[in-house]
Amino acid sequence: MSHPMLATVDGNEACASVAYRLSEVIAIYPITPSSPMGEFADEWAVKGKANLWGQVPSVTEMQSEGGAAGAIHGALQGGALATTFTASQGLLLMIPNMYKIAGELTPFCMHVTARTIATHALSIFGDHSDVMACRQTGFAMLAAASVQEAQDMACIATASTLKSRVPFMHFFDGFRTSHEVSKIQLLSDDDLRFMIDDALVGEHRRRALSPDHPVVRGTAQNPDTFFQAREACNIYYDACPGIVAEMMEKFGERTGRTYRPFDYFGAPDAERVIVIMGSGVETASETAAHLVKRGEKVGVVAVRLFRPFSREHLMSAFPKSVKAIAVMDRTKEPGAIGDPLYLDVLTAITEAHIAGKAPFEKLPRVIAGRYGLSSKEFTPAMVKGIFEEMGRPNPKPHFTVGFVDDVTKLSIPFDESFEIEGNDVVRAVFFGLGADGTVGANKNSIKIIGEETENYAQGYFVYDSKKSGARTVSHLRFGPREIRAPYLIRRANFVACHQFNFLEKVDVLKYAAPGATFLLNAPYGAEALWAELPREVQEEIIARKLRVFTIDAAAVAEKAGMGNRINAVMQTCFFALSGVLPREQAIAKVKEAIKKTYGRKGDEVVRRNWEAVDMTLDHLFEVKVPGQVTATRTRPPVVSEAAPDLVRKVTAMMLEDKGDLLPVSAFPVDGTWPTGTTKWEKRNIASEIPIWEPDLCIQCNKCAMVCPHAAIRAKMFDVSVNGHAPASFKTAEYKAKDYKGMQYVIQVAPEDCTGCNLCVNVCPAKDKSNPRRKAINMASHLENKDREKVNFEYFLELPEFDRSKLARFDVKGVQVLLPLFEYSGACSGCGETPYVKLITQLFGDRTIIANATGCSSIYGGNLPTTPYTKDRHGRGPAWCNSLFEDNAEFGLGIRLAVDAHAAEARRLVAQLGGDLGDEIARTILETRQADDAEIELQRLAVKRLREKLAGMKNPTARRLSEIADYLVKKSVWLVGGDGWAFDIGYGGLDHVLSLDRNVNIIVLDTEVYSNTGGQASKATPLGASAKFAVSGKAIDKKDLGLMAMSYGHVYVASIAMGANDNHTVKAFVEAESYDGPSLIIAYSHCIAHGYDLQYGLDQQKRAVESGIWPLYRYDPRRVEAGEPPLVMDAKGDKIPVKEYLRNETRFRMVERMNPERFHRLADASQAAAERRVAVYQHMAALRMPVHTPAAEEPESEPVTEGSEA
Amino acid sequence: MNLSSTYLGLKLRSPIIAGAGPLTNAVDSAKRLEDAGVGAIVMPSLFEEQIDAEALATTAALEAHMDSFGEAISFMPEPEEYRIGPHDYLERLGQIKKAVGVPVIGSLNGCTRGGWLSYARSIEQAGADALELNVYYVPTDGDESSEQIERHVREMVREVREGVEIPVAVKLSPFYTSLANFALRLQEAGASGLVLFNRFFEPDVDIEELDTVSELRLSEPVELLLRLRWIAILRGHLSASLAVTGGVHSTGDVIKSIMCGADAVQMVSELLRHGPQRVTAINEEIAAWAEERGYANLNEMRGSMSMQRCPDPSAFERGNYIHLLQTWGRR
Repeated sequence: MSHPMLATVDGNEACASVAYRLSEVIAIYPITPSSPMGEFADEWAVKGKANLWGQVPSVTEMQSEGGAAGAIHGALQGGALATTFTASQGLLLMIPNMYKIAGELTPFCMHVTARTIATHALSIFGDHSDVMACRQTGFAMLAAASVQEAQDMACIATASTLKSRVPFMHFFDGFRTSHEVSKIQLLSDDDLRFMIDDALVGEHRRRALSPDHPVVRGTAQNPDTFFQAREACNIYYDACPGIVAEMMEKFGERTGRTYRPFDYFGAPDAERVIVIMGSGVETASETAAHLVKRGEKVGVVAVRLFRPFSREHLMSAFPKSVKAIAVMDRTKEPGAIGDPLYLDVLTAITEAHIAGKAPFEKLPRVIAGRYGLSSKEFTPAMVKGIFEEMGRPNPKPHFTVGFVDDVTKLSIPFDESFEIEGNDVVRAVFFGLGADGTVGANKNSIKIIGEETENYAQGYFVYDSKKSGARTVSHLRFGPREIRAPYLIRRANFVACHQFNFLEKVDVLKYAAPGATFLLNAPYGAEALWAELPREVQEEIIARKLRVFTIDAAAVAEKAGMGNRINAVMQTCFFALSGVLPREQAIAKVKEAIKKTYGRKGDEVVRRNWEAVDMTLDHLFEVKVPGQVTATRTRPPVVSEAAPDLVRKVTAMMLEDKGDLLPVSAFPVDGTWPTGTTKWEKRNIASEIPIWEPDLCIQCNKCAMVCPHAAIRAKMFDVSVNGHAPASFKTAEYKAKDYKGMQYVIQVAPEDCTGCNLCVNVCPAKDKSNPRRKAINMASHLENKDREKVNFEYFLELPEFDRSKLARFDVKGVQVLLPLFEYSGACSGCGETPYVKLITQLFGDRTIIANATGCSSIYGGNLPTTPYTKDRHGRGPAWCNSLFEDNAEFGLGIRLAVDAHAAEARRLVAQLGGDLGDEIARTILETRQADDAEIELQRLAVKRLREKLAGMKNPTARRLSEIADYLVKKSVWLVGGDGWAFDIGYGGLDHVLSLDRNVNIIVLDTEVYSNTGGQASKATPLGASAKFAVSGKAIDKKDLGLMAMSYGHVYVASIAMGANDNHTVKAFVEAESYDGPSLIIAYSHCIAHGYDLQYGLDQQKRAVESGIWPLYRYDPRRVEAGEPPLVMDAKGDKIPVKEYLRNETRFRMVERMNPERFHRLADASQAAAERRVAVYQHMAALRMPVHTPAAEEPESEPVTEGSEA
Repeated sequence: MNLSSTYLGLKLRSPIIAGAGPLTNAVDSAKRLEDAGVGAIVMPSLFEEQIDAEALATTAALEAHMDSFGEAISFMPEPEEYRIGPHDYLERLGQIKKAVGVPVIGSLNGCTRGGWLSYARSIEQAGADALELNVYYVPTDGDESSEQIERHVREMVREVREGVEIPVAVKLSPFYTSLANFALRLQEAGASGLVLFNRFFEPDVDIEELDTVSELRLSEPVELLLRLRWIAILRGHLSASLAVTGGVHSTGDVIKSIMCGADAVQMVSELLRHGPQRVTAINEEIAAWAEERGYANLNEMRGSMSMQRCPDPSAFERGNYIHLLQTWGRR
């Protein structure tokens, strides 16, 4: 046995480290939660890290998982050792190739972070629904249950595939294992060499396609032979489990960690046994061990090798004494007789029993359980509940565990309070803010403790779905024994709350064990703190006898020049209070870790962090806890009393972190939710909010236009309605020729603003005597919130501007329209959401949105609350997310349906004609609906139509009344990012553009895959450093607009709100009015560009002025007017490209890595920009010949058949 | 004629030094300056703010959104190897040093006593023959006394002096209460020379946008007079080297500077306007002028018009003001 190296790593790194060393070709595509594996591989390749044979593997990012699978298939046929990493929808896209790879008996091992497949909803979290969808492909499936196993099984699977020729899918639970940090024994290169037989690698190579010994593979076969030929592979599948067992044994000899295809843990005379696969094995087997000590006859069978399913190996795992078996599936197959693991186990037992090969004295009762979908917690209490269920005289044959199913009554009860964790484990829970560095510091602490002491360490991190003001909860365990607890801490010895205002929102202390230490970052000092705590918190502190410590970490961090990064301060407090390490040693280690983390970033950064550490302990104080509760103030209600029933009963529970307690009956059955729920979640995350100064305001409405969260709004209203305004409500006379005498107001939504500063930066109006004061200025949230809250409530009551009366389509004009997209969870300062909001202002009351998966689907549709909302008539955007790859097709489908309904409704109106009254029919059929006034006319006509139809009994009238709403023009928007439009969805997008349907496509171009963490796309510009293009992208971005223009019939615009906001409005209005496909490519600044987003608009301006980002509009309608269809709206020659590049870390990083390369790429980018501008200028001067059809030719078809307009 | 001078203990073949600017920031142009006949080259300043700001901005950009969202642990790749800090600068210094034979003087610009002073040592290690410490300090704090400010600068000079072996020159602004006294204190603190004077970046005002506008303006000949006066005054007090910077544009300007007591002059704007070859012309003109008037070398004229030796020392004092007014009146 070798002497293993110990390290604290997460499951992704553990697995990738093996996969990388055993591969020559790696093709990947980012998808949560497997993305880090691809990123590790890319990082290592850039660094020149060699594989086991001394070669640096080639790592290629593809345009989709389908593309990655194709590339892998090719690489395998080329005789390379290849791998890929994926999950969920990505894995589904690989299935066609998986059949091929398996059918060709190709040694290959892929690594999957098992993740939920989107059904009624998308979920990024873990379960087995994706891997189970591949069980029919012919791939062997090997499951790992822990971080250690994610590494070990990666090796065993690769060794097994080489010998068996059956391709392997190695998988482990997404997030729970992929993102858990744990101390593990590392596999050395020698360990891998011991496992991998080079002779088998040679055999794989000899089967490669080569013109030097040519063969043909992938033939088409006919009914006479296909079947027999398909059966020819059977012997390989028969042999495979044996080979895996052999490799496991060999691995055990080398490492001391022995696995079997099915492992058994528990009493040798167990009567009740759970069969389970994945991380649940750890929880189940630890719980069984605990119960066995208490004398219970229970055990657990861990499924390692799920395919090929070996009946013999399974039977050998069960004790003879078993009387009841519960097979636990982490997936759901609606309509099936049982979920897949259950079916297989049941079949195996039955077959063995019939064949007389079952070990049991009597055929045991087998029941089926379902658990842990979408990373639902699976705890020892639930395991005990399952054993108890098996012990009942009539257990539920099919059950669920983990929540209450009050509809189909499938759930089983369990004792929530049951726990098995020993006292020798230190358990710590930390509440932090995404931006404050809490998780990073905790990862650091785990490394320090795991690698500097004998202790084992484990960390798991829970994030919420918001991209701004997000809450993180870190769960850390340390102890002298290996930690096998893949579930959240429930009773912590140490609870830290790094943000005081969390105490107002969630029950932080529910995690505190009696006598635990509670560390609170607060600005009040030890003496005054107690009085500031809400009553509930005081009660819990006293009841649980907690020791309370406090520090004003923000003040310490500020003093050390660290801004809002309180991580080093809080980490030092943790070590000082927890006693995991002697204080001095701990501080030295923290400093060492800081040096290691920040050394590359310069001495000043290290110095400031060290200073923060040094100052910490002088500012850390114990709070004297009085014997009784003194507070009268209680935690405010989570949502307002005025909220609808569903929001108060369901959404509020989710907001309070109590979603697990909701029963099945609380939920819609098909994933349909009401819109407009963000308004009930008052997040109060800004420290400063904008305050309006009417005397200075020039009423340009730019602030409202750029606000990513619709948290600053403009309104114009009749002076007569302003009667009962709060005294603090400020207004001004509306300054414009139209609407003279109207009142005007700019109002902040103080509880919804994220404090991004974009509005203040864009404000052009300055105080002439004190130009530092603008027409809006940031001011303290704390001091202004209450007043502005009252003002905002009044503002909302004021009547909305009647859109049919809108006279001007510019920024000033359109910003008085109600936004129907508000308070999303997008990043503070997001560059995408102002465009989305604008769509809803212009067309929201008749818009249907098809949204590609990505940032815009997460801030657009992630529970608990969603931002699309309704106007006073109850109208607003209807929104749906299908997939990442199919959004164009999905949106087209919606258009086809809308067109079909509209055409049919018009036909029926024409048919009913006189019965309806000729005037109604004529109005409906002849109104062009070219603007809001005409649309309003049409709405009124449809209203009258409905009144008529209500009195008519015939089937035609009934049919018409079902679809009459489609007589009002609908606006279909296809929304997504560049990952969708440039890469994974490009084929579909191109096809939709090639048709003549009236769809409006907006590409929110952040030039990377933003949602998964900044991986390069084909929209990534030349010279930018992104994941998979770390050293700076050498190829310029695809000119999607130019490609779309080549069709000739597509409206195309390239816009950048920060450079020209009126141009943006114009492009939206033109695109929507065009009765055919429209494509708008919108420059969207993004956190992945690496600068403070409050300067996002300035950067957009620079992009345009340097020619990097063209502004243009290509309108096919201009051809008919004898004008050039392309209009260039910016010359792009005002500043050099470098002036733009140097402001963003994504470009500057290239300079920091390799100045020579930076200059080369920047020069190339300058040249590319100039060429692009030259091409467009040339095109903008082109007048197309206008084709006049010959008189005798028949009239051409209308552009849009069945168009409702 | 021999134009050689000694500055900071370095032997210069010409008193004309190419001052810190774009031309001294690249190997090619540095070589052209050498070919044109400069006596030495001062590299552009390494800015304290530049080093710290870059480090802090990069850290913020990489970290601001790290570990805060389930789908992405980070949003930017952090390469294994990248460099923040003066590496590029030091490398360039080393390359220029290798490429030219004339002395190369490194330059540090800052105003706090932070860790950046350690870069002085790095500049020395990169091969600089001397260091110019550019004390760019605008005292905007009303609570800070002149004594505190001067002590602060002295301590900075002492710290740098202690850290390096090469000579250290201090580039000053004219805004010190008692410059003569302060110059002596700096000499005591270890300054081998003084460079007079720093030209601050002076923001302009945009009256339409109500904003300040920062723009670098080239120097004008009229700026020389302030320098000449102070070189003339200090020459008698100090043993340290003196250099003029700001406003040196012509042959006459160089000669005047030397006569007032300068060991060397730094030229930037003139060379940017007319190219390095301007040095060749001025060197030739100085030689011709001096030879014509029988000077054997520059030392013969050095300090001849300093306050100590000039016929009318009051011209450099308040008397100069009276004299000028009287002249005006007589006209």
